[in-house]
Amino acid sequence: MDENTLDGNAIGGLLDEVFGADMTMAVSTCGSCGAVSVVAELAVYRPGLGTVVRCRSCDSVLMVFVSLHGATCTDLMGLASLS
Amino acid sequence: MAGTAVRGRLTWQTATVGRVTRETASAVTLSLSVPDWPGHRAGQHVDIRLTADDGYQAERAYSIASAPGEPLAITVERLDDGEVSPYLTEEARPGDQLEVRGPIGGYFVWEAETGGPLLLAAGGSGVVPLRAILRYRSLVGSSVPVRLLYSSRSWEDVIYSSELDMPEYGVEVIHTLTRSQPPKWHGYARRVDQKMLTEVAWPAADRPLAYVCGPTSFVESVAAGLVGLGYPAGKVKTERFGATGQ
Repeated sequence: MDENTLDGNAIGGLLDEVFGADMTMAVSTCGSCGAVSVVAELAVYRPGLGTVVRCRSCDSVLMVFVSLHGATCTDLMGLASLS
Repeated sequence: MAGTAVRGRLTWQTATVGRVTRETASAVTLSLSVPDWPGHRAGQHVDIRLTADDGYQAERAYSIASAPGEPLAITVERLDDGEVSPYLTEEARPGDQLEVRGPIGGYFVWEAETGGPLLLAAGGSGVVPLRAILRYRSLVGSSVPVRLLYSSRSWEDVIYSSELDMPEYGVEVIHTLTRSQPPKWHGYARRVDQKMLTEVAWPAADRPLAYVCGPTSFVESVAAGLVGLGYPAGKVKTERFGATGQ
């Protein structure tokens, strides 16, 4: 876990923009290891071009968001569930 | 349900800077006037977006410093390599306009009904949402016992020092100054460690609730320490700012 790692709180605004509701309290299940976590506790990296959300247990990529010209491309393939 | 407002989608709104209060050499509190501000909860944040003349945009999340019911205010610490904080801390003047989106977040939030006792742990400007919780506790007349463990580099870096010097009944403020201390300092003078947490934190048997906010390394170490003291992980709420040079 490096020093620049944020958590799901930091992307509450982005997630609200994508999902239309507060998602920080939503519960995610990792598609790789099955770890269950509230979104607020997930590891978040924002290297500049986009946002990468990883599982804290196995470090798998759960979600990727890339925003360009006002549109946000979303990849949720790493999640088994989000509710 | 009668009286329940259905919240619309979060959108960017124009905020006007009101009062600008310098807290420390590097931290400033800005009051923001947002038409139709829906109100916020203690511990939430807002996103601030700045747009350069060439159209380049940068946005960052900032914790709300004011209690629910008080006018919206944020406290911002300057990061020298930051894209947003140098403007907010050095350039922003009353009447300036910027874009705000919020309030955001439902996790790092304390409601009076949630109870306590509360252990609040702050590293640097991580104190901002915890100050909103303290002010909210006071406004609603809550008697929940609170201990705030606040780690700063030096006394000059302590944000809200005059307010924290006179805590409400039932609130204890414990400082640790990690880099330099004033003469005759009798308080802690090191990074938060397990021994300090053992001395300061409510015993797990009291079923406390903890809120830990600050640079990522601070949050990781304090949260792990509290779990080591028997706090259930679900009772330790965390918010990480990333690396801030703390």
